[in-house]
Amino acid sequence: MMQQSASQNPLLDVDNLVVEYPVGARTVHAVSGVSLQIARGETLGLVGESGCGKSTLGRAVLQLRRPTSGKVLFDGHDLTAMQGDTLRLMRRRVQLIFQDPIASLNPRRRIGDIVAEPLVISGVTDPTKRKQLVDEVLSAVGLDPALVVGRLPHEFSGGQCQRICIARALVLNPEFIICDEPVSALDVSIRAQILNLLEEMKARYGLTLLFIAHDLAVVKAVSDRVAVMYLGRLCEVGPSEQLFARPAHPYTALLIEAIPVPDPDVRPTETVPVGEPPSPIAPPSGCRFRTRCPRADAQCRDVMPELRAVAPGQFAACHHPLI
Amino acid sequence: MTDTLLSVENVAVELPTPRGNLRAVDHVNLTVGAGRTLGVVGESGCGKTMLSRAILQLLPKKAKLSGRVMFDGLDLVQLSPEKLRKLRGRSLAVVFQDPMTSLNPVLTIGTQLIETLQEHLELDQAAATRRSVELLAAVGIPAPEQRLKQYPHQLSGGMRQRVAIAIALSCEPKLLIADEPTTALDVTIQAQILDLLAREQRRRHMAMILITHDLGVVAGRTDEVAVMYAGRVVERAPTPALFKKMRMPYTEALLAALPRIDAAPHTPLPAISGRPPDPTRPLKGCSFSPRCRYAVARCHSEKPDLAQAGTAEHQYACFHPIENHADASA
Repeated sequence: MMQQSASQNPLLDVDNLVVEYPVGARTVHAVSGVSLQIARGETLGLVGESGCGKSTLGRAVLQLRRPTSGKVLFDGHDLTAMQGDTLRLMRRRVQLIFQDPIASLNPRRRIGDIVAEPLVISGVTDPTKRKQLVDEVLSAVGLDPALVVGRLPHEFSGGQCQRICIARALVLNPEFIICDEPVSALDVSIRAQILNLLEEMKARYGLTLLFIAHDLAVVKAVSDRVAVMYLGRLCEVGPSEQLFARPAHPYTALLIEAIPVPDPDVRPTETVPVGEPPSPIAPPSGCRFRTRCPRADAQCRDVMPELRAVAPGQFAACHHPLI
Repeated sequence: MTDTLLSVENVAVELPTPRGNLRAVDHVNLTVGAGRTLGVVGESGCGKTMLSRAILQLLPKKAKLSGRVMFDGLDLVQLSPEKLRKLRGRSLAVVFQDPMTSLNPVLTIGTQLIETLQEHLELDQAAATRRSVELLAAVGIPAPEQRLKQYPHQLSGGMRQRVAIAIALSCEPKLLIADEPTTALDVTIQAQILDLLAREQRRRHMAMILITHDLGVVAGRTDEVAVMYAGRVVERAPTPALFKKMRMPYTEALLAALPRIDAAPHTPLPAISGRPPDPTRPLKGCSFSPRCRYAVARCHSEKPDLAQAGTAEHQYACFHPIENHADASA
C-alpha cells in the first residue's frame, strides 16, 4: 500500500487496521483496512460523519478496542502485540480527550484528585511533587489552581471541564494525544477558546495530535493534514489547505459543499439528493461511497479503489477522482 | 411589508430554581410576517428554546410568563387549552431537535401521521392514508407505503426528522417553528433537511422561525435574524445587514469566533473570553459587557434598550455600536 506521509520516521504508523465486531449473528465492519502515518509534531485531522468508524479507529490505536487485524506502530513499537504492563507503560505516552467533558470527569472527585490520578497510577508517590505538577498543568490550561483543586466537576461549565480534561491528559507529559470530538459539545464562543488552547498546548508540550471531528471547519483550523473517512475506509488524505481547495474524492467535495457558510451572499447550493450512508453491517461492494456518488459506474461496484497519489502529498481512493 | 402573522410582545419567562428565579427570556419583542423566515441565533442557555416554547404555550408548569403572543389575530397567552390544542399542529407546527423524542416510539409512522390528519382535518381513514403517503413522498422518503408500517427506531436520524417534518407540514400550518432541526444530524443530511424545509416553505407560503446556534445555518436561509444573548434579543436585522453591517459587538464576536473553511490552518481564532452570565443573578448593565472589548463604565451600570437605537428594520441593544465596516467585507 502507498505511504501517505512525507515523513520517513512517523511517530504513529497505522498499517492496514481492521476492526470488526459482532452484532447478533452479523458483523459490523467499523474499520476496514485503514493505513495512515502521523509525523512527530504533526496534527492529523480525521473527519467523517457519524458511524464512519473514526472514533473506533481512535480507540483501536490506543488498544482500548483490540483491532481484528493490522498493526499500530507507535514510535516503532507494535501496540497490537503488547499486553499488560508493557502496554500500560506505553499508554503513558499517549492520551485521549473525549467529546463530553462533563461525563469524562468523575462527579464525586475533586478536580485536584482527578488531574493527579494519572500521576498516582504511574507511580509518582511524593504528594508535594504531584501537587506541583498538577498546579503547573492547571495554570497552563488557564485555570487558577488555588481556586479549582478543591472543587467538584459540577461547579464548572462545559468549557472549563474540557480544560480540566486537557490538563489531566497533559499531566504525564505525553507525546501523542488523540482528541475525539473535543469541541463538538461546546458553544461557538467557548469552542474557539478550547481550539486555541489545544494549539498552544501542542506548541508548549511538543505534542503530536490525532484530531477526530465531524466539523470540517474545526478540523481545518488545527490540522496540518486531513484524512477523510467514509464507512470504515479512508477516502482521501492530504495537506489541509490543498485538500479543501482541490478535493479529489467526490465524498470530500460533497462534505465541503454541505457546510453552511456564515455569509448571506453564499447561496446554499441545492444539494443533489445523495441519500444516506449505508449500514456498516452490509457495506456496498467495491467503493463504499458508490451508492451516493454521482460518478459511480460498474468499475466502482466491482473493484475496491486503493489510495493513490493525485497530487503531491494528496491521496484519494477513487476510480474517477475530481483532479 | 407583508402582513404580520406572529407578534411577540414584551414576552418574559421566569423559571423558579433553588438558587432563585431564572430569567430565561427577558422582555423580547419580535414579529414574523406571513411567508417570511426569521432566524433566532444564540448559544446554549440564551433563551431561544424557552422563547419558542413561550410562543407555543408549551412552557414548564412552574414557569411564569408575561407579555402577549399574538398569532393570526389571537392572543395565545389568553387562549383556552382546548383552543390551543386545536391550533397547535394545525396552523402552528413545530419540529424539534431530536426526532427520536418527538415521535412516539411505540406507534408506527403511519399511525402518527394519520392520527394528526384525522384529528385536525377530519379526513376518513382512506383519505388520511392517501395523504400520508403523499406527504412522506414530498419530504423525500423512499417507498412511503412501506414506511407507514414502520416504527421510528427502524429509521435513521435523517429519515426520522423527515417524518417529523411531514407530520408538522401535514395540516398546512401558517407558521412552522423549527428548533435546532438539524443539530442532531450529519452535515450532508443537514443540507438535505434545510433544503427540504426551504422548498416546502416556498411551496406552501408558510412562515418559519428557524432556531439555531449555527450562524452558518441562518445565513443563506432566512430573511431576518434575531441574535439572543442572556435571554434578550441584542440585535435584529435583515439577514444581509446582520452579517455585513452588524452593530452589536456580540454578533461580531460570535461570527469572528467561528472556524472558517476558507481560513488557513493554524490561524488563531478571536475567542470571546469568559462565559455568559448566570441567569439567576441579573446583571445591572448590558449582559454582554463583562466580555465586551468595547465596554465602558456606562455599559456596566445601565441596560441598553433594543428599541432605542437603530432603525425600525435594524435594531441593536448597545451604547457603543460598531460604526466602521471595512468595505472589504462587502
